[in-house]
Amino acid sequence: MSRTVLEVQGVTKRFGGLVAVRDMRFDVTEHEVMGIIGPNGSGKSTMINMISGLFPPSEGSIRLKGVELAGLPAHKTARKGVGRTFQLVRLLPELSVVENVVAGAVFGHRRRWGKSAEAHARHLLERVGLGAAMGLPISSLTYIDTKRVELARALAGDPEVLLLDEWLAGLNPTELATGIDLVRSLRDEGRTIILVEHVMDAIRSLCDRCVVMSSGAKIAEGTPAEVLSDPEVIRAYLGEDEDA
Amino acid sequence: MSGQEFIKALPWIALVVLAAFVPVTFSPYWLSMATTMAMFVVLATSWALFSGPTHYISLATAAFFGVGTFVTGLGFQTLPFWMLPLIAAALGGILAALVGMVTLRLSGVYFVIFTLGLAELVRQVVTWVQNQTGQRGMYVLTSITEKDIYWMLLGLAALVYLAGWLIGRSKLGFALRIIGNDETVARHVGIDTALAKVALFTIPGMAAAAVGAILAPRYIYIEPSTAFAPLLSFQVVIMALLGGTGRLWGPLAGVIPFTLLWEFITRQAPNQTLLLLGIVFLLIVYVLPGGFVGLWARIRRRWHQGGDA
Repeated sequence: MSRTVLEVQGVTKRFGGLVAVRDMRFDVTEHEVMGIIGPNGSGKSTMINMISGLFPPSEGSIRLKGVELAGLPAHKTARKGVGRTFQLVRLLPELSVVENVVAGAVFGHRRRWGKSAEAHARHLLERVGLGAAMGLPISSLTYIDTKRVELARALAGDPEVLLLDEWLAGLNPTELATGIDLVRSLRDEGRTIILVEHVMDAIRSLCDRCVVMSSGAKIAEGTPAEVLSDPEVIRAYLGEDEDA
Repeated sequence: MSGQEFIKALPWIALVVLAAFVPVTFSPYWLSMATTMAMFVVLATSWALFSGPTHYISLATAAFFGVGTFVTGLGFQTLPFWMLPLIAAALGGILAALVGMVTLRLSGVYFVIFTLGLAELVRQVVTWVQNQTGQRGMYVLTSITEKDIYWMLLGLAALVYLAGWLIGRSKLGFALRIIGNDETVARHVGIDTALAKVALFTIPGMAAAAVGAILAPRYIYIEPSTAFAPLLSFQVVIMALLGGTGRLWGPLAGVIPFTLLWEFITRQAPNQTLLLLGIVFLLIVYVLPGGFVGLWARIRRRWHQGGDA
């Protein structure tokens, strides 16, 4: 039996007069990879940012295992069990690679400190495939390795739900295959993941279910195969057929 | 503290013990220099504890310092002297916490301007109160000697170093380093950034107020315009940055040469001290971005690379 981990109900976000997200609702069940897809500017990142507490929703409720997250600041949602990566990678350049990951383990959902935090960080760096680069300064990491460090940091607090905001964007084809394998292995571990993504290959091979957003609203929900053949989704991505 | 850590701390403990002998070994002139240095060591080191990791440049030192001198000015006749720095530190800490709660949401240049304005604000309030009560300045005539002042400042400096060392290995210290690197990340890993910043901002506030309370007898006559002189805030920033904020010993490495140079310029060309401040600032920006700490790190790196080749 699968339990609901995250419930999003009637969430709306207004920036002044602009409605970025309108009455969104979806559930994420345990051990599931849920994709949020949609054209540029459809409100995917805004949705993610509200879940992680970067800013509060104007209306609606976001519950993590029954606990209300809407309106909580980011440090509280992190402690409740939301871990995330950023669309533009954010690392801590003056800290070592290991310290970057320890940062995610000390103050978050499940806390560790000292030797135990460091061992945990090293273990996670091995886990995301960065064992060899552990001693390097942040400035000398390759692009995919910076993404790996960020992923390890997000995992370090043992989050209940992991938000990956275009984590696979900008990778070359070889790196992309590696990246998809890595996210899949996280799912096989039993993690619950919300994936905002543009890369169709990744969506098809990773997501159990998808929510499709367009102009801030949900226009479809279902398995990747279902939603990607939905006429309304095709219209949202490709526009109206001019001959019709 | 482990045995290894104790051995590491030993040279520093020895340094404090040696420094304690300055008043009985050197002439009054050098004692006076050493007192000034001890004052700036406390101010610059405690300043760097907060501003180093967070990169928030605070110009509030003069505000806290001035509050401290007035605590002594108002209290030295009725209270035992040892209580005054403690009261000053408590008031300085409270003031810093209040200011922190209001301003640490501001970022970058807004924070700098606000802290600069704070010293002026407190000065104006004190002046206004004095005008209402018909006072002008205050005489602080005590039996406290320069030696006593020096030893108290040295003790305070040792306390600041101890606090810095403890914070450096604490979760709070780690949180501050994360905040200094990326505040958004800090929040998303679960750090209450506002609380962490306010907590640490009270330390320079307490230290500067205690220094003001201890130094008040040295000035003999105190009035708002000298007690809250903004120049002090700038001197502290320049010395701390000259030494470098990356290490606990950094500000010390800035204070010693700067104080000597300042003294030299004051005697040779008293009107050119501000020029010195400006030149040192340019030097930091263009030549020594990490201060002497950064320079030391570069030399060591080159040394190690040379060794490998």
